[in-house]
Amino acid sequence: MGFDYDKYIRAGKLPHIWCPGCGHGIVMKGLIRAIDALSLDKDQTAIVSGIGCASRLPGYLDFCTLHTTHGRAVGFATGIKMAKPEMNVICVGGDGDGVAIGGNHFIHACRRNIDMTYLIMNNNIYGMTGGQFSPTTPFGAKASTTPYGNPDPPFDIAKLAIGAGATFVARGTAYHAAQIDKLLTEAMRHKGFSVVEILDSCPTTYGRRNKFKSVIEMMNDLKDSAVPVAAAEKMSPEQLEGKVLIGVLYKETKPEYIDGYRKLVASVQESC
Amino acid sequence: MSKKVAFLQGNEACAQGALYAGCRFFAGYPITPSTEIAEVMAKELPKIGGAFIQMEDEIAAMAAVIGASLTGTKSLTATSGPGFSLKQENIGYACITEVPCVIINVMRGGPSTGMPTGPSQSDVMQAKWGTHGDHPAICLVPASVQELFTETVRAFNLSEKYRTPVTVMPDEIIGHMRERIVFPEPGELEVITRTAPSVSPRDYKPYDTSFGDIPPLAAFGSSYRFHVTGLNKAQDGFPTTRAELVQAEGERQLRKIENAIDDIVTYEDYLLDDAEVVVIAFGSIARSARYAVNEARKQGIKVGLFRIITYWPFPERQIRSLAGRVKAIIVPEMNLGMTIHEVRKCAEGKVPVTGIFRVDGEPIAPNEIFARIQEVR
Repeated sequence: MGFDYDKYIRAGKLPHIWCPGCGHGIVMKGLIRAIDALSLDKDQTAIVSGIGCASRLPGYLDFCTLHTTHGRAVGFATGIKMAKPEMNVICVGGDGDGVAIGGNHFIHACRRNIDMTYLIMNNNIYGMTGGQFSPTTPFGAKASTTPYGNPDPPFDIAKLAIGAGATFVARGTAYHAAQIDKLLTEAMRHKGFSVVEILDSCPTTYGRRNKFKSVIEMMNDLKDSAVPVAAAEKMSPEQLEGKVLIGVLYKETKPEYIDGYRKLVASVQESC
Repeated sequence: MSKKVAFLQGNEACAQGALYAGCRFFAGYPITPSTEIAEVMAKELPKIGGAFIQMEDEIAAMAAVIGASLTGTKSLTATSGPGFSLKQENIGYACITEVPCVIINVMRGGPSTGMPTGPSQSDVMQAKWGTHGDHPAICLVPASVQELFTETVRAFNLSEKYRTPVTVMPDEIIGHMRERIVFPEPGELEVITRTAPSVSPRDYKPYDTSFGDIPPLAAFGSSYRFHVTGLNKAQDGFPTTRAELVQAEGERQLRKIENAIDDIVTYEDYLLDDAEVVVIAFGSIARSARYAVNEARKQGIKVGLFRIITYWPFPERQIRSLAGRVKAIIVPEMNLGMTIHEVRKCAEGKVPVTGIFRVDGEPIAPNEIFARIQEVR
């Protein structure tokens, strides 16, 4: 018997809104397997998102789910976690939501190291609004608002997270489906702010503008450009040119925010 | 037993009122002239096991407040004009999702950075129309340190009772002035907490109108799992574009406040029984107006004060009735004419309405109002 996804999917809420060939469904299944692997209590798990295609994910899942405003998921999630620290809090969203309009919230959540996991589905485009360039659209790529090629250099989300102080950062791709739940499981187990970036593809608004002939070609691109961290260690800089690393990119142990706040409360209460 | 009496700043009293009402979460961002509220909450909340967080910006602070409230925790934020503008996005979210929360906006000059340390009353329209779309608004405008305490308690009560964000808007003078305050004993003021669902988690819908226009709100992290979205939604909380459902939800959200106007709207009548002239004012300017009214009464002028305490919903019925029996209305306010439009709407041309407007950071003094009373009598 295969894995029972239905246990976690809200009855009557499928089909989802995602286009054929979109990787978001693959990522959602990975998230479900990770939640299952950790046996998270559904009542005690909040899944919070912003706005965009990826942010529609929580509506399909049977947890405490919060579909918020554009870019603000982490702010809402921080309120939930502060008020009810025993809850598991997972944020999900896309690249534009997370690091453009939500960029400020993102870096500060990394800095605080509050115990939650942020899953970013990075498809390099604003899909829901029809394919405008995002902060992760490659330089020179075509989008509806970069008809002559993207003049903006892109963010590396994982580097941004590490630089801002996230204590667990991993990257995967929608092609490497079996790895997604492993990365998410490890991220959710990690005490602190964990970021999992899953490189994804949008055939509808990105692929067709950038000479990808099919969904398969886009998937192959994810496959071919990804190099596991361990393999990369044995490769030369020339061999790594144009490649992206996948796997756990960064991990450290640092004091977690809620723990720190609890200690503060205990010491204040003791002294008053 | 003698009551606890203190000499407190308005903002400090506001924070104490929030704690009295059961507020256990505060998220904010530093901004003059409201910051003292955050400072008191940062100091007091840990003592009682609550949580305080200073967020990276005003938008995130509003987001955190809504998130915390969804766990069943009474939540507060405090800001001033520029921050109030930034918060509007998520205030709209709290409106459509019907998540109780309280926002304090200590009014300073504007627009933009304006006069950060100067008083103003120019955010009253923003309190109703600041966020896009149709939505209800409750906004309270206290006129003393004591009243800032009690109105903050009432803001939490209204917010919890009607499942809606409530704004308390002292002007900077009320926020920063120091006065004697008598602390109510625990239990002396009513404290309302939102209604929990009576149905099983299986049957729960977050916008179930079989319980009336104010459906019970479950808490995240209890045994109820549900979906919350800023999209137009059906009674089950999930997005819908079905015209009749969207229309019904939109109308219900306005109706739940409109039908409760008698419970929400508060005001003070002062010497109005025989008044031929009425001054309509609120906040610190109502204090100047009271002084002017008293002076004019000494000279035999039949003048009274109608003090607005609940700004939104606007006390339309009361002002319409006044307009039918007085000879003139004077509206002094620290803006260039906002309340006067609402008053004129209520007066329906039956009586002349004149305004005294200042935006120079100076309060409107009693003698300015007194002079106008003499002019219009």
